[in-house]
Amino acid sequence: MATKTQNSRAWLFVLPVVVLVAFNALIPLMTVVNYSVQETFGDNVFFWEGVKWFEQVLHSERFHASLLRQLMFTSIILMIEVPLGVAIALSMPKKGIGVSVCLVLMALPLLIPWNVVGAMWNIFALPDIGLLGRMINGLGIDYNFTQQPGAAWFTTILMDVWHWTSLVVLLAYAGLRSIPDAYYQAAKIDGATPWAVFRFIQLPKMKRVLTIAILLRFMDSFMIYTEPFVLTGGGPGNTTTFLSIDLVKIALGQFDLGPAAAMSLIYFLIVLLLCWVFYTLMMRHEAQ
Amino acid sequence: MTLELRHVSKRVGAEMYIYESSLEFREDGFNILLGTTLAGKTSLMQLMAGLERPTSGEIWFGGKNVTGVSVQKRNVSMVHQQFINYPNFSVFENIASPLRVARLARAEIDRRVGEVSEMLRLTPMLDRRPSELSGGQQQRTALARALAKDSDLVLLDEPLANLDYKLREELRDELPRLFRDRGCTVVYATSEPTEALLLGGYTATMHEGRITQFGETATVYRQPADLLSAQVFSDPPINTATVTKQNGRFVLSEAVSWPVSGNQEALRDGRYAVAIRPHHVTPFAQEKNDVRIEGRVLVTELSGSESVVHFDLGGQTWISQSHGIHAFEVGASASFHVDTGQCMYFGDDNELLAA
Repeated sequence: MATKTQNSRAWLFVLPVVVLVAFNALIPLMTVVNYSVQETFGDNVFFWEGVKWFEQVLHSERFHASLLRQLMFTSIILMIEVPLGVAIALSMPKKGIGVSVCLVLMALPLLIPWNVVGAMWNIFALPDIGLLGRMINGLGIDYNFTQQPGAAWFTTILMDVWHWTSLVVLLAYAGLRSIPDAYYQAAKIDGATPWAVFRFIQLPKMKRVLTIAILLRFMDSFMIYTEPFVLTGGGPGNTTTFLSIDLVKIALGQFDLGPAAAMSLIYFLIVLLLCWVFYTLMMRHEAQ
Repeated sequence: MTLELRHVSKRVGAEMYIYESSLEFREDGFNILLGTTLAGKTSLMQLMAGLERPTSGEIWFGGKNVTGVSVQKRNVSMVHQQFINYPNFSVFENIASPLRVARLARAEIDRRVGEVSEMLRLTPMLDRRPSELSGGQQQRTALARALAKDSDLVLLDEPLANLDYKLREELRDELPRLFRDRGCTVVYATSEPTEALLLGGYTATMHEGRITQFGETATVYRQPADLLSAQVFSDPPINTATVTKQNGRFVLSEAVSWPVSGNQEALRDGRYAVAIRPHHVTPFAQEKNDVRIEGRVLVTELSGSESVVHFDLGGQTWISQSHGIHAFEVGASASFHVDTGQCMYFGDDNELLAA
C-alpha cells in the first residue's frame, strides 16, 4: 500500500512535462491528424473522408516532383557541407589566438536570422546590382537566378553551404579537439602517414559528432523553408519549390487543408524514417 | 643498444621543461623515471623517442648520434597512460599495425602477433574492437603492440596509472618478465615510489625538470644523494626538520636530542637538515636508538593493517607510519618514537652528508 501512495504522488511531478508536451506536440499534431482525414468548408463543419487525402497526395505528381527536388537538394548540400566542414575543421589552428578568431568567424553565419540570410543572398546575387551577380556576369557567364533554374539551384546551394557549413565545422572541430595528443604521438611512432592518421584515428574519433552533424543538417535541410522562399520564392516556375514551400502553397495559398494536413503527416514520417535509417546505419557498430 | 642523454635540455618559450641533464640508461633492467606530475618525465620521454627535439645537447643510441633522426626511423615504441589503440581496428589489427607499416611478410606478422597475444593473454579477444574490451585488456593491447614491434627502445609512460588496483598489481608483476631477454632498453615513468621499488632495476629521480639522482633502485632509495631525491622517493612524504650538532649530540629541541654516532662524528658543529622516513617514526618504542618526541595529532588514516598519523612537530607536519591499528585523538598531544639510527643528515646545499 505504501508504495502505491508514493507512485500516485510521483505523477504530480510528471504532470508539468505531460502538459508541456501535450500543448507543444500532441495537440497540434492531433489537429493535423484531424484535418487529414476530414473535409471542411469552414464553420467547424467536418465530413469524414478516410484516407482519401493521403491517396491523393501520394499519387500527385506535384508531390513527387517536390519530394525529388527535396531529396536532391539535401543530398547535394550534405555531400558538400560534410566533407567541406571536416576539411575546414582539420585546417583550423589547434592553439593560440587563431582559435578564437576562427571560431568567431565560423559562428557568425549561424547567428544571422534565416530570412535575413535569404534577403542578403537575394540582393548579393541579383544580376544587375548584386556583387556576386555582377561578378559572375562580368566573367562572361550569363547568370540570372530569377530566371534560370540552374542558376537558382546554384545560388540556393551556395547560400545553404555558406550558412550551415559552420555548424559541421564547429562540431567536427570539437570532435578533433577531444582526441588526446597521445594518439598522434602513437601514430607518429608507428610511422603512420597523414592519411592513415585521418582515416584511422581522426575519422573514427569524430564519428559520433559527425553523426550528429549529419542528422542535424539532414533534418534542417529537409525542412528548409525561409531561406529559399525569400531568395527565389520557389521559382523560377517550380524549380526550387521544396517540400515545405509546396506545403505552405497548398495549405495557405490554395487553402486545401485536408491534403495539406495529409502531406504534413507524410512529410513528418519521411523525416522520421530517414533519420532512423541514418542513425541506425551510422551506429550499427556501436550497437554490437 | 644503450641510450645516452648528453647535456640534453628542453625549453619551450620561456619555460624550462628539462634542465641540462646527462644520463646513460641500462639494458639489464627497467630504467624508472620517478617524479611527481610536471617533474618532466613525459617531456624527457618525448626527447628520447624523438617526438621532440632537445633545445641543446645530444641523444646517442647504440653508439650513434640520433638527435635529429625522426621518430619513424628510430625503432621506438611507446605506451601511454591513456589506452591508445586504433578505435576501428580489431585487437589483431592493432597489434599488427606497426608491422604492416614496416611491410613485414604476412606469415611473420601472424607469428609475432600470435606470440605476444599469447604472452599477454589476448588470444581470445583478437577479433574484438578496443571499445569492447576492459581497461586492462585495452592497455594490454597497447603493450602487445609495443612488444610485437620488437623495438630497441620501449618507453612506458605511466602505463598502469589509469588501471584499477588489482589490474595494476597483476600487470606490474608481468611487465619485467615480458621485457626480460628482449635486448631492448626499457624506460618506465611513474609517480609512485612503491611502483619503482617493486619494479626494481634502476631509478632516476626527477624534480621540476631536473634529474636529481640515478642508480640502482634500491641504492637510490637507501642512499639518496640529496634531500630532493629522498623526498621524491618517499611515500608518504619523508619527515624533515632542522637539528643543531653540538657537544656530540644532535639537538632538535630543548627536550629532544640524541648522541652522534658513526660517520656523523666527522660533521662540524652547526645546523643540518635531518630527514627520516615515516615508517621509522612509530607510536611504540623503537628497538634501538629510541628517541621520544611529542606532537599534536592532525590527521589519522587507518587502513586495515596500518596506521598513518600526521602530527605537528614544532610547526612542521610529520608523518608516522606503523603496522597495526593505533587509535589517536585528533587535536590531542601524542608521543612518537624515532629510530635515530635511520636519520639522514643533509648540508646547506641539501647534499647527503651522513646517515
